[in-house]
Amino acid sequence: MAGMAPESGTGGGGKAGLGYRKLIGPLLVPTWVMIGIFLVLPVMLMAVYSFLTKEFRGGVVWDFTLAAYDQFFLNRGLFGDEPPVIEWTYITIFWRSIWQAAVATLICLAVGFPTAWFIATRPPKSRAIWLFLITVPYWVNLLIRTVSLKFLIRDNGPLNESLMAIGLISDPLPLVNTNLAVQLGLFYSYLPFMVLPIYAAVERYNFALSEAAADLYASRWVTLREIVLPVVKPGIIAGCILVFVPSLGAFLAPDLLGGAKTFMIGSLIDEQFRGSQGNWPFGAAAAMILMTLVLIVLMVYARAQNKAEAR
Amino acid sequence: MKGVRHYPGFLAMAVACLAILYVPLIVVMVYSFNDSTSITTWGGFSWRWYADVFTGPEAPRFKAAAWNSITIAVLAASAATTIAVAASLAMIRGGRFRGKSATFALINLPLMVPEIVTAVATLIFFSTIALTTGYMTILIAHVVFCIPFAYLPIAARLQGIEDSYEQAARDLYATQWQAFRLVLLPLMLPGVVSGFLLAFIISLDDFIITNFVKGAGMETLPTAIFGSVKQGIKPNIMAISTMMLAVSILFVTLSYYVNRIGQRTRS
Repeated sequence: MAGMAPESGTGGGGKAGLGYRKLIGPLLVPTWVMIGIFLVLPVMLMAVYSFLTKEFRGGVVWDFTLAAYDQFFLNRGLFGDEPPVIEWTYITIFWRSIWQAAVATLICLAVGFPTAWFIATRPPKSRAIWLFLITVPYWVNLLIRTVSLKFLIRDNGPLNESLMAIGLISDPLPLVNTNLAVQLGLFYSYLPFMVLPIYAAVERYNFALSEAAADLYASRWVTLREIVLPVVKPGIIAGCILVFVPSLGAFLAPDLLGGAKTFMIGSLIDEQFRGSQGNWPFGAAAAMILMTLVLIVLMVYARAQNKAEAR
Repeated sequence: MKGVRHYPGFLAMAVACLAILYVPLIVVMVYSFNDSTSITTWGGFSWRWYADVFTGPEAPRFKAAAWNSITIAVLAASAATTIAVAASLAMIRGGRFRGKSATFALINLPLMVPEIVTAVATLIFFSTIALTTGYMTILIAHVVFCIPFAYLPIAARLQGIEDSYEQAARDLYATQWQAFRLVLLPLMLPGVVSGFLLAFIISLDDFIITNFVKGAGMETLPTAIFGSVKQGIKPNIMAISTMMLAVSILFVTLSYYVNRIGQRTRS
């Protein structure tokens, strides 16, 4: 409703009459300056840094080299004189991050879809309450949420204690420092991102389609698979992207809930900028590779979106 | 025909979803009132950890961090809101213009770039221009990523306000500034307030970017909490967390109601 109002009645001419047209430049300068100078320029500079030579106490020497990317992808032996073979250390960390983010996305989908469906089929009043309850945790500090989760699932935390108290397990489940804990943390961090776009899609869904399917003797689950899912697919894909992208570069969940074996991209990048052990060009290169991955995901999404709209 | 909307088990999933989201928070809230130095055993109800936050050995550190967090959040949210109001006027009231979609992409850019990448890029930038990292660099970085959060509710609100009010004001010889200040701005206010509140929480919550650009010796609440948590979760951290939780929930609820009042006055 709100989105339609500005176009109605007044064309470009009416708006020009209010005088904002002449002010477009000055009104937008602050935005251009702030985001242009303090985000776009830094990202470009980061790209340059990834081709510089590292200095030992952190920082860089302005000598252009491919060393950072070489270190990322190739192993030339201890003294750098052996024929290069593929270096798996960092590729493995990236692959693990993609895997963890994908699993977290799937768990979010498995829980988020039924929840979104359930909310969208409530009467409007309780719908608003449910939506509010789902969005509130998103605004609660991510660090605090992650710490809370760690507190809950740690070896002698309330979860294990209560499971042991009711006799379901005899020894505490070692959850912290496992892949599962990290996936759980990512899931917990970004669950609302999955529910909201799916909710928006289900809300627009025409239930007459389901009724028609039911009239033709399709079972609930067949209807869900054959009719509902194709229609609400854009919402599902949007939700998956909103969960997958931040999960990929997440730092807090892997750092607090994981251990050495669950090391992810975020921690790898972070480490390169800590103290004298750091390697700024290498960190910049890893960040560039992460950003490239995210851009690919977003571009594939945008293309699919355009195709869907063209239809 | 309610039948087709109903799927067995979906209610259970929705309830499970809420449980997953809230149980960890509630558990920490409850344990923050635990009168015991051990975080495992329950020693009865007490306010001691709240007292500890304000008067205990770590109190000066937390107070300094809280002061930094709050002042940065107020300044960053104010700056971001002002920038977003100006941008929304050009984007919504300016008609079509060259570079509009590029500007729209620019406004949303902080949401698309992964946080850790923004953090790295910003640190590199400040280091290159030799700006000492500290309060100022945190503030600048916060303004940048607060802009889209302030922009979204403000632009949505402005989009719902017809031109006719301002048109009428201009017909009655109001200057453009008067038409904006006396007519449009009051109408936009719910969006502006909501944008400010969201930007405020986003700034208050940020850890990753702050952690990169804060420099040595400078702390905000999240970085101070992170530093403490690295040595284990202590009860006073749970008390601080509960207080921050309360602040976040209060602000979101406020923003939600302001928005709702706005919707009601519009229709």
